[in-house]
Amino acid sequence: MSADLSAIFYLISGVLFILALRGLSSPQTSRQGNFFGILGMTIAITVTFLSVGSFSSGLIYVLIFLLIGGLIGAFIAYKIPMTAMPELVAGFHSLVGLSAVFVAISAFLNPEAFNLGSPGSIKLASLIEMSIGAAVGAITFSGSIIAFLKLQGIMSGSPITFKGQHILNALLLISILVLTYLLCSTQSSNFFWILLAVSFLIGFLLIIPIGGADMPVVISMLNSYSGWAAAGIGFTLENTALIITGALVGSSGAILSYIMCKGMNRSFFNVILGGFGATEQSASTEGKEHRPVKSGNAEDAAFLMKNASSVIIVPGYGMAVAQAQHALREMVDTLKKNDIKVSYAIHPVAGRMPGHMNVLLAEANVPYDEVFELEEINNDFANADVAFVIGANDVTNPAAKNDPQSPIYGMPVLDVEKCKSVLFVKRSLSPGYAGIDNDLFYRENTLMLFADAKKMTEDITKNL
Amino acid sequence: MEIDPFIFRLSIFILSIFIGYYVVWSVTPSLHTPLMSVTNAISSVIIVGAIIAGLAGNSDNVFTISNILGFLAISLASINIFGGFLVTQRMLQMYKKKKKDK
Repeated sequence: MSADLSAIFYLISGVLFILALRGLSSPQTSRQGNFFGILGMTIAITVTFLSVGSFSSGLIYVLIFLLIGGLIGAFIAYKIPMTAMPELVAGFHSLVGLSAVFVAISAFLNPEAFNLGSPGSIKLASLIEMSIGAAVGAITFSGSIIAFLKLQGIMSGSPITFKGQHILNALLLISILVLTYLLCSTQSSNFFWILLAVSFLIGFLLIIPIGGADMPVVISMLNSYSGWAAAGIGFTLENTALIITGALVGSSGAILSYIMCKGMNRSFFNVILGGFGATEQSASTEGKEHRPVKSGNAEDAAFLMKNASSVIIVPGYGMAVAQAQHALREMVDTLKKNDIKVSYAIHPVAGRMPGHMNVLLAEANVPYDEVFELEEINNDFANADVAFVIGANDVTNPAAKNDPQSPIYGMPVLDVEKCKSVLFVKRSLSPGYAGIDNDLFYRENTLMLFADAKKMTEDITKNL
Repeated sequence: MEIDPFIFRLSIFILSIFIGYYVVWSVTPSLHTPLMSVTNAISSVIIVGAIIAGLAGNSDNVFTISNILGFLAISLASINIFGGFLVTQRMLQMYKKKKKDK
């Protein structure tokens, strides 16, 4: 196949990828969008096979490795529980990063295969593009591995900080630029290897200081990086499909990071510099007096809800941990049978990744037109009888509105306290991930339900 | 004077960033998780480079380091492609409207 023809096909698959993202603007068109994505990928892979043309005996190995990867991927996709989506996505990002690194190394060792010149005299532009692709890929890889370990709980979710961390990171970033310059001027492979090593190190150092609650930002950010890595490789390979895709994914991840940061009222740099949970905890624990808390059991909660005419449910990460989404849906079904109006309120940063709660509710067969975003539903709390907060905490804290001293002041929160009564399912009174006490616990109209979210929800259903 | 082809690629890149910007803002927030998994899948189009790397070189020796890295990258990227698209599909199947009979 001629180079011009294959370039046209790559362009087509790039356009199909744009349509794939476009489809996600509504759930009705989303499945069609995913189909466009698969079609675009199939075209890109087929065209690549045809354009290489002369098949060496390597073809069989290419197909074998493709099949192995495909089987593993399909197996994971069918087995993975929806609550583990953040880990899965972090893991997948690391794979994109690592394959970018492998492709870059391969192109560096065998530039003839990619039309980039010969070893020792690779074209300058290609060398720069290759370095960018390899460095960003390596950062994505090691960063995603750390994010994965933190989400899995293998590594502590609390921020790991040490003195001189920011200076070290800055120095390493500068050294990447210097190494790229040295690599381009000498063509020496040593600089290429050092560049890769430093990039792996940066990815690691960049993510360890970021706490568990900031994971939505981290995952979005790594999503963005994996896109830029792909774009870098796309420039090296002079491949339009890769360039378009890289730009799409890069900007998508950047927008998601922005939305997540806004949901927490924090600047991007503030999150990246990390150490949030660790520094604030000490400030909030002092001067904390023991205030009376009203606590109740499942019967009390069921009584309150049975006499309500509208209930708003506020899910959070705790619901995912307790796997309570199915039990919750059953409770809501019972409420609906009693002609009680039920809706769900989702805060942008609820859970560990963008849209985490929506997926879990969808898994439990909650119709998506009962699920509302913060801006859509916040005014309804004043008219609702009961707010049922399950596994959420900081996103309901009124301190964000009325306490300028609070570290979360200014963060958009759900106006849960405006409801006639608030039911708070929580395992203990401990503060949330931001380490801040929630004033809501001590309010007159709040009833605390101390229990595992799933068990409590099931018990309430029995009592309804 | 002729324009360097790099400039054309750069133009495509910059324009695609803008397309991405507007398209992603129109994605409904409830589909942000599928958005992440599908962007994950499509960014694995990097497999194109991996295939070229895997097929490069002469037939006598298909196990140069460069080829082997290509093979490995093919596996990694195809985990992502299959895993990413299928898990997205699985998620999207779950987004349903309220049943009419209720």
